[in-house]
Amino acid sequence: MTNKIRVATTSLAGCFGCHMSFLDIDERILELAEVVVFDRSPITDIEHCSADCDIGLIEGGVCNSENVHTLREFRKNCKILVAVGACAINGGLPAMRNFIPLEDCLNEAYINGIGVENAQIPSDPELPLLLDKVRPIHEVVKVDYFLPGCPPSADVFWKFLTDLIAGKEPSLPYNLVHYD
Amino acid sequence: MTKTLTIDGVTIPFEDGQTIIQAATAAGIYIPHLCHNPEFTPHGSCKLCTVKVNGRNCSACTFPAMDGQAVINNAKDLNADRQKITQMLFVEGNHFCPSCEKTGNCQLQAVAYHLNMLDDHFPLFYPHRELDASHEEILIDHNRCIFCTLCVRASHEQDGKDVFAISGRGINKHLIVNSETGLLKDTDMSASDKAAHICPTGAILIKHTAYQVPIGKRIYDHQQIDQVTLNSESEHDK
Repeated sequence: MTNKIRVATTSLAGCFGCHMSFLDIDERILELAEVVVFDRSPITDIEHCSADCDIGLIEGGVCNSENVHTLREFRKNCKILVAVGACAINGGLPAMRNFIPLEDCLNEAYINGIGVENAQIPSDPELPLLLDKVRPIHEVVKVDYFLPGCPPSADVFWKFLTDLIAGKEPSLPYNLVHYD
Repeated sequence: MTKTLTIDGVTIPFEDGQTIIQAATAAGIYIPHLCHNPEFTPHGSCKLCTVKVNGRNCSACTFPAMDGQAVINNAKDLNADRQKITQMLFVEGNHFCPSCEKTGNCQLQAVAYHLNMLDDHFPLFYPHRELDASHEEILIDHNRCIFCTLCVRASHEQDGKDVFAISGRGINKHLIVNSETGLLKDTDMSASDKAAHICPTGAILIKHTAYQVPIGKRIYDHQQIDQVTLNSESEHDK
């Protein structure tokens, strides 16, 4: 086994934009790969977290039962859990459905929507159940750090991870803090 | 003899009748605030400008400057309180910056940046609030109102129209519009009114102007609110 720092990542109710922004660190990913190994992540396609992950990066808010299970798995297995991006921090764009009753949302999408054929609300038991509201992740588990932004820039990821890997308390200077 | 007070140990002069925040602004010292604007009667409601005066918490925008006062402003505990207050403002409304036309020009957001606020800390309320798009030129998005009353004061004191008021208390507090229908279109408000341009957040917006300046090139994308505020407010006080 390596002594590399294990990083797990996931996107819950997010758009993978934060992951794309993370990859915008470009060639610096080679430098990162010297000290970091990716565990459960869309980058590796590993399905579950190892028990000894060091850092868990969570993109997106919590919108369904599967999100809750995934988030709890990350919290259980990651020493440091990080809320990445606006949706993880305050629910973001998906939380804008919080002002519309869930039934109305489903009817609009699957029954009354323009161009819907064979209208029916999906009810396959394999599908995770939707929560009545989209919630930020800090309302479900304890979160250690927050990286704001929609998405946080590549430099935010870089500054945060290099601080942490260097054993420093991570901090974001003014020019890296954005909510948009 | 000029009368003086100290802010964080720095001695500054003041004139009789000035509040602490006016004296501070004149001396080039920024005290975070949202509901204060030197053009209008102080309201003292947002509490962001809370400073310690001779050991007690006071609102700098309403508290008179006095000879020999020892004021603490830029202190760790005060800034921590200010951050918590700002987080409460965020969670009690619906502040989705990525989809807000005001992002980058928003004082609420800029104060949060200034205080290095990285999260909302508290559970979010997601209150159900309405949008009033009835007026041809002006949009009201109640989701973003922080009840600073700047539009109320601007409409009353400068426009002489009394278009706005705050109604209700506590969690039921809300901005109301002075017309029989409660809609902005049925008032005499116009886009050239001061009240249409005073909102520190994206609650009152001029239509058709939202993205004339692209995101990333807006005021607080490049400048911190302390400098922007000191420049504009010290100009006014002169």
